[in-house]
Amino acid sequence: MKILSIDHISLSFGGLNVLSDVSFDVNQGEIFAIIGPNGAGKTSILNIISGFYRPEKGKVFFNGNDLTHMPADKRAALGMGRTFQNIALYHGMSVLDNIKLGAHYHLKTGLMSALWYWGAAHREEMELRKKIEEDIIDFLEIESIRNHPVSALAYGLQKRVELARALAMRPKVLLMDEPVAGMNAEETEDMARFILDIKEEYDTTIVLIEHDMKMIMDISDRVLVLNFGQALTHGTPKEVQKHPDVIEAYLGKKKAKTNRTAII
Amino acid sequence: MDIFLQLVASGFLVGGIYALIALGFVLIYKATNIINFATGEFMMIGAYIFYSLVVYLKLSPFIGFPLVIIFAAILGFLVERLILRHMLGQPNISIIMVTIGLSSILLGLAEIIWGSSFRSFPPLFPRKPIILGEIVLRSNLFYGFLMAMVVVAVFLLLFKYAKVGVAMRATANDQMAAFSMGINVKTMFTISWAFGAIAASLGGIIIGNIGGVQPTLGHIGLKIFPIVILGGLDSIIGAVIGGFIVGIVENLAGGYLDPYFHGGVKDLAPFVVLIFILLIKPHGLFGTKEIERL
Repeated sequence: MKILSIDHISLSFGGLNVLSDVSFDVNQGEIFAIIGPNGAGKTSILNIISGFYRPEKGKVFFNGNDLTHMPADKRAALGMGRTFQNIALYHGMSVLDNIKLGAHYHLKTGLMSALWYWGAAHREEMELRKKIEEDIIDFLEIESIRNHPVSALAYGLQKRVELARALAMRPKVLLMDEPVAGMNAEETEDMARFILDIKEEYDTTIVLIEHDMKMIMDISDRVLVLNFGQALTHGTPKEVQKHPDVIEAYLGKKKAKTNRTAII
Repeated sequence: MDIFLQLVASGFLVGGIYALIALGFVLIYKATNIINFATGEFMMIGAYIFYSLVVYLKLSPFIGFPLVIIFAAILGFLVERLILRHMLGQPNISIIMVTIGLSSILLGLAEIIWGSSFRSFPPLFPRKPIILGEIVLRSNLFYGFLMAMVVVAVFLLLFKYAKVGVAMRATANDQMAAFSMGINVKTMFTISWAFGAIAASLGGIIIGNIGGVQPTLGHIGLKIFPIVILGGLDSIIGAVIGGFIVGIVENLAGGYLDPYFHGGVKDLAPFVVLIFILLIKPHGLFGTKEIERL
């Protein structure tokens, strides 16, 4: 069952075609990876899905609803979580406060009752807090740092907190822009494990961009390969690895002939 | 010693009122990264509206205050929606020029509507001065200070605990991330302009009650500017502390030095302190490091 459909999307910035006629579907509960050389348009696709860019042509469907013209915050409310390539945490705040912001949307109390911090709003806050504490903090193993200010944390941990914040929104689809960029081997392994666990335990669909090919091939269910804004192919990691166009895009034409089973 | 304490005490009270007006700058800057040079004029308009409600319409001040709050919120809302919304994504310096233009427009409008003559408020508070030991405090100043502190405290609590405050902090921190948390960033901009206008116009009422109101009342905004820079543009606590520092320094300089010069030291002193503090802490006392100086 497809949860997300990208339907003939085109996008250009002042004459430069960033994406041309890209289409793909993401199925409920899978890990869908988007790979491609730098400048292939990977982040642009994520930005179109989460509503920061408007495509010139084409449509985005989420659970069958057309959300091409829906603003970013409404999409988040529908169940689209996102992490960023450059960590976008709130640096002045503690880990817990950052995570609570992720759960912001689930506080149903309106402005007037939120002004009165006690009563319904307070109870809701307490319940929410408990849920977050027991669930996400445990799940991502960040118990020991919950009250630390985020700016004091190591890079790998900051990435994990950002993931926790996105998870606190209970997203149906989680968009991850280079979740392991700049991480060492151990941190990468941890993150890969978390991504798999999120898929299993929360039944969250994950769309991710990554340059770490080993991780992509290990954890993804399906892979889309982009090159110069065009979809080269998509399929299981095995299928993609063997695809001649992919080998060409990554290694060049000449090598592709001699090196068919290249290390992608 | 008596004179010293007297000067410090009344400087402290003035400082608290400055802090409220400084909040008018900070609340807007925090969420939108815009320095609103029309803050002083928001103040002046607030004072005139209050004056009109109480003197012309003969309403009780207790009805006047909430009405001014509502009016200020509408003013902030309109300014954001009609003018600044269209400036989104433009260079910072253009946006600042727009707010400077806005201050001239508001000043002109006030002169058209209320004329340029000086008007004083009817007495709002008991006239009796407050006496603490050797120190005598003007009643208008004292009650004005209390009012300012209540408003500042409300804003502080709002920012720390309420959902809107948290969402505004998130918006200020990172707009993309705020969007992806389901926060409507544009609404946050509107709300912060409304908040800023409310803080400034309540400050305007207090100042107007102490010294009367005329269209140039807004020039006090320029005096508040060093406070905002001093405290760090995006810090509410910074605005409060900066307000106290400037209030006290100004009063001490005025009391001790003005007799030796031909006046004017009072207005100069806060800027001297400002320069010294910025030499040591370029981002202000409590400001975020990334802040842009203009």
